[in-house]
Amino acid sequence: MSQTANLVTPPEGMPQYDGMPHIDVDKIRADFPILSREVNGHPLVYLDSANTSQKPRQVLEVLQAHWEQHNGNVARSVHTLGAEATEAYEGARTKVAAFIGATSPHEVVFTKNSTEAINLVAYSFLNASVGPGGDPRFRLGPGDEIVISEMEHHSNIVPWQLLCERTGASLRWFGLTDNGRLDESDVDALINERTKIVSIVHTSNILGTVNATSRIHDRTRQVGALFMLDASQTVPHRPVDVVDFDVDFIAFTGHKMCAPTGIGVLWGRRELLEVMPPFLGGGSMIETVAMTGSSFAPPPARFEAGTPPIAEAVGLGAAVDYLSSVGMDAIAWHEKQLTAYALDAMSTVPGLRIFGPRVPVGRGGTISFALEGIHPHDVGQVLDSLGIEVRAGHHCARPACVRYGVPATTRASFYLYTTTDEVDALIRGLDQVRRVFS
Amino acid sequence: MQLDQLYQEIILDHYKKPRGRGLREPYGAEAHHVNPTCGDEVTVRVSLSDDRVADISYEGMGCSISQASASVLHELLVGKSLKEAFARVDAFTEMVGGRGQVTPDEQLLEDGVAFAGVARYPARVKCALLSWMAFKDAAARATVGGSHE
Repeated sequence: MSQTANLVTPPEGMPQYDGMPHIDVDKIRADFPILSREVNGHPLVYLDSANTSQKPRQVLEVLQAHWEQHNGNVARSVHTLGAEATEAYEGARTKVAAFIGATSPHEVVFTKNSTEAINLVAYSFLNASVGPGGDPRFRLGPGDEIVISEMEHHSNIVPWQLLCERTGASLRWFGLTDNGRLDESDVDALINERTKIVSIVHTSNILGTVNATSRIHDRTRQVGALFMLDASQTVPHRPVDVVDFDVDFIAFTGHKMCAPTGIGVLWGRRELLEVMPPFLGGGSMIETVAMTGSSFAPPPARFEAGTPPIAEAVGLGAAVDYLSSVGMDAIAWHEKQLTAYALDAMSTVPGLRIFGPRVPVGRGGTISFALEGIHPHDVGQVLDSLGIEVRAGHHCARPACVRYGVPATTRASFYLYTTTDEVDALIRGLDQVRRVFS
Repeated sequence: MQLDQLYQEIILDHYKKPRGRGLREPYGAEAHHVNPTCGDEVTVRVSLSDDRVADISYEGMGCSISQASASVLHELLVGKSLKEAFARVDAFTEMVGGRGQVTPDEQLLEDGVAFAGVARYPARVKCALLSWMAFKDAAARATVGGSHE
């Protein structure tokens, strides 16, 4: 979108428009080497970024330079390479902290992925509950409750189910409306004085819904429970400020935001991380070790046992630099325009049903759909033969599929490098799918 | 690799006009199999008469490959002796899992050879085998158990 002149000038004192942020998609695509390859004789149309994003040259170069020039172990070496690696690793932590508005890099715990980040919090509850002296906010037992929602990824369901089985606590959840939004009508009953933590997905990986958090946040604070957001599909796509959100924890993963696989983040409020017992034990997480017992390092090191994914963290730092240079506002706006375009275009396909919001408001650029009478696997297979990569399946969110009465969906998901031409290719591809199975 | 090698006419025909679909009684045993990666499900019932496969009835939901292969399973194995049936299960499994290196025996597998193309799509091998594995399971149980009337 061009920088259109503002036709109306808001009065002073009102929020001022500074024009819609703009990204040059062609220029961005040139940064991603994989986007110029072909698949099955067709130009690649990559519409599976909610699954994993592609990587720009700027990140790949940093990874290569790390392995070729700076490889050493972190936090223990006195030599130059170790110092360089440590500086790069901790530098990445600082970049990530700034990227999400954290008040301190010490609040950023590197994990393997979002799943591990959520498990870390769940196991903190378990460990605080079985041992003596656990912080009361993390102690769980029969009668206590954990609240999630029906649109969670399995990674924000199963850890809590396991925790409930082991502690006797109960799992409760928000249902979903027919339009793919959280049904908050029973928020006051669902979140109550028995609730210990509320852990909700911020942007749904299957429905695309961006959940409004204020009502749930307020109720959670009112009852004194902890509040966690699975921000795996948010942090890559729009500006996130953890102070604005006023949450206790967020989890996200590097590979969905232009970084390598194997690196994720748990951000937690410092005072909470400080009282959380260790999750994994081993090297790097200790203060001192004796045969009779050990004491532990302060966070974040307490939660990073063993040699961490160093290059991957450095890659995440580079990805954060890259996304910041493009501008998260610009990325969010680009995806909003694409989503509006795609929702319109998809509504012209006969027999196509969209799961999740059908308007580009309060939703991201992830669109799940069904073609009447044609299984998602078959849709995905025919599209792949045309070079169009989408995901087919339950997207690790089976309860949401069950809610809408389907075993699986086909999902197209966008990112900063996606174009309207690619959306057009998808629509043409869906015509082809319908011809094969007509 | 051309798509039509995967979606052969025979497969699409079985998908659109499944043979022997629906759950019937009596049956000796049934098995319910799920493909956890995609959520496809099939229930297969096996009815034996002496050591012959008197009926295979099934119900399921899933992609064209998984549903068509259940239809072919029914068409191919009903009326066969258990020994003949298992020979076909083994041949089908070997062909589909053979990464395209196995030349299928057309005499033995009949319409089943249409699934040879699936072998080149590793992600779809499980789809093709879903009902066949459920059959194997149910048949093994039916040979030891009695009949459900």
